[in-house]
Order: sequence, then structure tokens, then C-alpha cells
Amino acid sequence: MNEKYVDIPASVRLKGKKKTKARWAETVAVIWIRFAAFLMILAAVAITLFLVVKGMQAFVKDGVPITEFFSKNWAPTIAPPTFGTLIFIFGSFSVTFLAALIAAPIGIGSALFMTEISKKYGRKILQPVLEILVGIPSVVYGFIGLVVLVPFFRIHLHVPTGFGLLPAAIVVAVMILPTVTSISADALQAVPESMRDAAAALGATRWQTIWRVIIPAALPSLLTAIIFGMARAFGEALAIQMVVGNSAHFPKNLLDPTGTLTTQITLSMGETPSGSVFNHVLWSMGLVLLVMSYIFIILIRVLSARRKY
Amino acid sequence: MKRSGILLVFALVFVLSAACGSSSNGSKSNTSSSNDSTSSSDSSSTSSQVSGKIEVGGSTALQPLAAAAVDGFTQANPKATVDVQGGGSGTGLTQVASGAFDIGMSDKFAEAQDGIDASQLVDHKVAVVGMAAAINPAAGITNISKQDLIKVFTGKVTNWKEVGGKDQKIVLVNRPAGSGTLATFQQFALDNQTPATSSLTTDASNDVKTDIEQNPGAIGYLALSYFTDADKGKMTALSLDGVAPTAANIETGKYPVWAYEHMYTKGEATGVAKAFIDYIDSDEVQKGLVTQQGYLPVSDMKVVRDADGNVTKK
Repeated sequence: MNEKYVDIPASVRLKGKKKTKARWAETVAVIWIRFAAFLMILAAVAITLFLVVKGMQAFVKDGVPITEFFSKNWAPTIAPPTFGTLIFIFGSFSVTFLAALIAAPIGIGSALFMTEISKKYGRKILQPVLEILVGIPSVVYGFIGLVVLVPFFRIHLHVPTGFGLLPAAIVVAVMILPTVTSISADALQAVPESMRDAAAALGATRWQTIWRVIIPAALPSLLTAIIFGMARAFGEALAIQMVVGNSAHFPKNLLDPTGTLTTQITLSMGETPSGSVFNHVLWSMGLVLLVMSYIFIILIRVLSARRKY
Repeated sequence: MKRSGILLVFALVFVLSAACGSSSNGSKSNTSSSNDSTSSSDSSSTSSQVSGKIEVGGSTALQPLAAAAVDGFTQANPKATVDVQGGGSGTGLTQVASGAFDIGMSDKFAEAQDGIDASQLVDHKVAVVGMAAAINPAAGITNISKQDLIKVFTGKVTNWKEVGGKDQKIVLVNRPAGSGTLATFQQFALDNQTPATSSLTTDASNDVKTDIEQNPGAIGYLALSYFTDADKGKMTALSLDGVAPTAANIETGKYPVWAYEHMYTKGEATGVAKAFIDYIDSDEVQKGLVTQQGYLPVSDMKVVRDADGNVTKK
């Protein structure tokens, strides 16, 4: 730890004036880097502490029972109000899992195409396409969902509105597709060439190699890719809000409107004065989102510990 | 080495935070001093211009009017800057109470909002806005009784033919809990009944409009300022118990669904904030912009309503 960064061979060490100048520059750089790292940690700790304190207010200060918070009775404005958020927790999870269900096969398929089937076209065409998809703001995805998907479902499937879980999941699936694809591609690339050679030497076809060797070898990393995508989907608000319908009830089917934690927070935050119970409950819902992202991160750490390559 | 590095980091953080703190303090004291000076000059000669910058924010129902009034106001007072933003009535009340906004816009009485200390806020009613149930013409009705309207919004009927319309499924378009428009509509059109939870919920009036115009059989509620000539044939404002939501019916209290648009200040308004509210209260704006934008001048109202919703003749 002790000044390791100046531990370079005597032959290349700088002498005299030059040496002090270079060392000074190095000191500044190291301080800056440490400061950056420190700031990062500080931000993460501060956000967590802040959300925990804010999110606990509803339970500690206002006495909202935890059992009520996880119940399905959402009636924040009638007297006496009840703040059951189960509908939104269910909504968040359904949108996330549906989106992962759509994005995972497409994302991993595209990654296989890029790494195993056609490296040249993968790099030339798929890579830029992914970069474009990443660059599109979520409001644009939501808007396209609102003016294309929702009317499509309403007119062609003869449902009353067209808003619901399915359009939300489709919109979010497209949003997380680049994340899933690029992390999967990295995972597949990390599988050593020697394993492909060994499979070829045993007379395996390309499909057998992919199915029996490469996918099992890269599986923990592929799951990590999907969970990364799910973490993003869970926190997405704007795009979902535009197509999910935002109603506080359990959906009867995929094309029935419902709400998620994020959409409920963004919808109500501006209309509730800070300090009110309703506002505190919204912070508690934010805390649920934070806890979920911690769980996603722990899952990812566990999976990467199991990683073979 | 290591220790000095950490020390330096802390020194940096300290200097940065001190700099931020002092700069914000500086700007605050600047504005308040300029406000003080203008208010004192105001009292000496009424024709003098005010200078300084104020933040106005809150209700999205009042936002268009406030934003439109800024042009005329800054023409008369070139040294004054008025920054208008939305955020919702709750935000308007919270932020004016905490001092972040100089004027907080709200369609609810501060007294009606829990979590707000209404005693420290001063109410300026700058306009009246009527609200009406808006339906897609596919519903096939133009008038509804209050009892039927409540049945529709609470989900007791799900097809328009049950209340005299066409055979068309009802689609409810709602506003989020806490919205000023919802609060007004719920109190005066739905007799405090809560709309069914299966409804779509949209957070801005313009999106409500889009939802109603696109969905056959949709019903929602909107401030009358959102009904424009361009919406004719795509969206209808429903009469309630045979009373049309017109300015004349609202002024006399015959049509019950309306709310004051409030501009709240923390303590008595001073400086630019006072001048801006006075400008909106002036005949020029009340007879011009207010009516043009679909609001009603407060002075035209023949009835008065208090924070509890009791209506009395003026």
C-alpha cells in the first residue's frame, strides 16, 4: 500500500527536477482518483441512508402498519386512507418478468449470432443497431408504444383500451434488449477458443457446440445479463407510464390496465405535499425499489462467483 | 502520503460545500433585498417598476394562464423576471410554504390539503375554472344525471346503453390521487365518491384529452379551458342534470363543478410577487387573457365558496 505507484525500476526513474515535477503530477492524479472513488462511495451510501430514513417515515412517524403497506387496498385519498401497494409491486414484477421473457431469447440469440454465427455482420450491423437502441430516450419508446402498440391492440384485438401489461412489457423489452445482448455477447466471447476446438475435434456440429458447450459454459454470465436487464426494467418509469394505463387494480389479463411502483410514484409525487402521509408512502415505495435493486445486485454477485470463464 | 490525501479530499469537500452554501445564501439575500427595495419604492410611487426574479410554480391547470401573463407583465416591468413552472398543486403548496417558490399555484384550498400549514400562507384567488365530464362521441349522450354519472365513475355500469347511450363499453380516464382536478370533480360532480380503480390514470390534462379522443366510449374530466374548437366532434362536454357547463351557469352557481385558482404567497406578497398578482388581478388580464383561455374572472362570480365547499350568494 505504501507508495506502490512509484515503485518502478531504477533504470526508468526520472532524475532531478523532472523527477519532482513528475512525482508531483502523479500525487495530484492519485489524489484526484481517490477523491473520485470516495465521492462515488459517498453518493451510494448517502442515497441509501436518505431513502431508508425517508422510506421509514410512513411506518415510524405516521404509523402505517407494514401489513397494510403490503396489502392490496390502495385508497390514499378517501377517509380513512389505506396505503396498500401490493398491486404496484405485482405490476412492477409482472412487467419486469414479461420483459425479460421477451428480451432474453432475442438478446441471447442476437449475441450468439454476433459471436458464433457471423462475427463480421454482427460487428458491422448488430453493434451499431444496439448502440442506436441504447441512445433512444425512454420517453420516445413510451411514445411509440402509445401511438403504435396501444391503438394496434385496441383495434385488432378488440380490447376496450389497448393499455395494459403487454404493451408495457414489449416497450421495456426493447429498451433492455441492448443491455442483455451486449453483456451476453461479452460472456459468449469469454468462452475460451480451446473449448470450441475440442468440440470440433469430437465431431460436434456448430449447433451441438453452441447448445452443449458454449451456452452451459457461459450460463452464469448469461443469467447475469438477463438480471442486469431486469434491474433496468424494474426501475423504468416513463415509458411504462405511457402505455400501462396506471390504474390501481390487479390486471385480469395481459391487456388490462394496471400500475407499477415507478408509475405510481411519478404520477402522485407532484400532487402530494411533502410531509403528508401519502407522500411518505411514496418514499416507502421508492425504498422498495432500492431494496429490489440491491437484491438484483446480490444475485448478480452470486452468479459471477459461480462463473467458470 | 495516504493521510495527506484524505485530508486534502476533506478540505476539498469542505471548500466546495462552503462555496455552494455561500453562493445560494448570497443569491437569496440579493433577491430579498431587491424585493424590499422595490416594495418600499412601490409605496412611494405606484407607477414605478419592480425588479428582481421570482419563481412561480404548481397547478398545471393554472400554469398556462400564469405563463401567458408573464409576457405582458415583463413588458411593463422589464427588470422583473417571472419563472413559471408546473409540478402539480401539492408541489405548489409545499414549495411556497418552504420558500422555494415565491408564488405557489393551486386549485385546492391550502386548508383542504393535509401536511400544509395554511395559517402562514396568504390566498389570492386569481380565476375560476369550471370542470366538466368529457366523453368520446361514441358514447352517444350529451347530458347525464348526477346519479348516473356517479354510477359510471364508480364502475356500477360498464356500458353506455345502461344510461341511455349507445351499446358501447365505458372506458374511464382518471387523474392521479391528489390531483386538484380530481379533487374538484370528485367533490362537486361525484358527491365525494371515489372513481373505480380499473380506470386508466393519466397525469396531465392534455393526455386525458388524447385518451378520450382516441378511445370509443371513453369518459374523463377536464378543466373547461381544455375544450377548444378543434375538439368539436372528437370530444363532448357533458351537461349535468340538464345544466350545460357554460360560463353563465357557473357564475350563478347553477353548474356546481368549478374551483378557484389560487396563488399562495408565504406571508403578504411583496415586490415582484405582489406586482405580478396585482397584474393578473387587473382588468386588463381578467377581461382579456382569463376569459380567452377559458377561465372565469373571480369578479364575475355571483356566488362565493369557502374552503369547506359551502357555497353562498355574494
